[in-house]
Amino acid sequence: METLERYVAEHPFFAGMSEKHIQLIVGCASNVKYDAGQQIDRAGMEANTFFLVRQGRVAVEIVNPTSGPITIQTVGDGDVLGWSWLFPPYIHHFDSKALDLTRAIALDGKCLRQKCDADHELGYELFKRFAQIMEQRIASTRLQLMDLYK
Amino acid sequence: MTTQSVQSAVGAPDLNPMLPQTFRVRKVINDTYDTFTLELTPSHGGAEVSFRPGQFNMLYLYGVGEVPISISGDPSRGNVLVHTTRAVGTVTKVMSKLKVGDLIGVRGPYGTAWPVEEAVGNDVVIIAGGIGLAPLRPALYHILSHRTKYGKVVLLYGTRTPSDILYRKDLEQLRSRFDLEVHVTVDRAMGTWRGNVGVVTNLIPKAPFDPTNTVAMVCGPEIMMRFTVLGLQKRGVALDSIYLSLERNMKCAVGFCGHCQFGPLFVCKDGPVFRYGQVREFLNKREI
Repeated sequence: METLERYVAEHPFFAGMSEKHIQLIVGCASNVKYDAGQQIDRAGMEANTFFLVRQGRVAVEIVNPTSGPITIQTVGDGDVLGWSWLFPPYIHHFDSKALDLTRAIALDGKCLRQKCDADHELGYELFKRFAQIMEQRIASTRLQLMDLYK
Repeated sequence: MTTQSVQSAVGAPDLNPMLPQTFRVRKVINDTYDTFTLELTPSHGGAEVSFRPGQFNMLYLYGVGEVPISISGDPSRGNVLVHTTRAVGTVTKVMSKLKVGDLIGVRGPYGTAWPVEEAVGNDVVIIAGGIGLAPLRPALYHILSHRTKYGKVVLLYGTRTPSDILYRKDLEQLRSRFDLEVHVTVDRAMGTWRGNVGVVTNLIPKAPFDPTNTVAMVCGPEIMMRFTVLGLQKRGVALDSIYLSLERNMKCAVGFCGHCQFGPLFVCKDGPVFRYGQVREFLNKREI
């Protein structure tokens, strides 16, 4: 648990989070490992987890029946994977697959949602961080959609 | 190609800058499905060709037209001029069909250069988007040939798809060096691509350079450069340490015609490489 607490506290996503909140988060956290090529999540499945990638790389994909999987984004060391656990109906929108050996901290979304309901300050801190990630990813997606290099 | 007897302007700034010199195509490299590189040598031998990283030449196809193209080769290879471009317009489409031995007119080099001397003693981050890697390559060559003068050197390169990656073999070789960090990303990928997917600005937060001691050199589509500047700013890089290479429609290349006017500046003679502070107030102006 001590190691897990250190990993959570040191992950850039939780930078500046109070010790009290880190303790609450660690209660919902576990260490996970995925081998290269291993599927992590699939679109349409229930989304109850998000990941803090410690090491490795993960492809976020969408499958087109006529052309196969299209990678829309990769995430790596220090990144966050998944926010479908935040919003009902808690269903994954995309597939995710480890490209390299990936070590991550998995956070139980149900557990965290309950803690956020009970401690709104924790909820605010968490949502502030997710809002920043969403803002970055929306900006990136808009740039991708512009097809700038065409 | 027709051959014409023209006087030299390349490497001899005292001659009429509007007169091209004939060069002969020495080598043609098809970098991607729409991008090619020409290696050129003076058709009558003559003086070494000298240029500074970031400068461009006007390349003239006889009977077709003239276009400004960045120099993409190694500045220390004095006998060869290297130009990389995409076949997108009338001139470059014909240019893409040139063969070894064909003649082409060249005048230049023109414009300002990347701040390779000012960057000495600092970390250097080179950020390229698409064909924007071409004008940055001479700077990278220069820095690598004077490697001990610089701190960390990082190349961040973003392009459309894996098949659009420019200088792929060079990049693979560069990645194997221990004194250079190379990160490549593509906007979209399918199939066997196992590299990064996402815009090049996503690479900035984790790139290994000291933002308080870094010179950034950026070239790519203007929108990409604007977002890159935001990313560098967020990371803590001083705005005065950021340099951009701009592109505008050029005709004369020497500040006579005004085609490339950018606010009070001419991209051909005041640029193409600008310190961000020089162009900051004009970059977001729709009228310019």
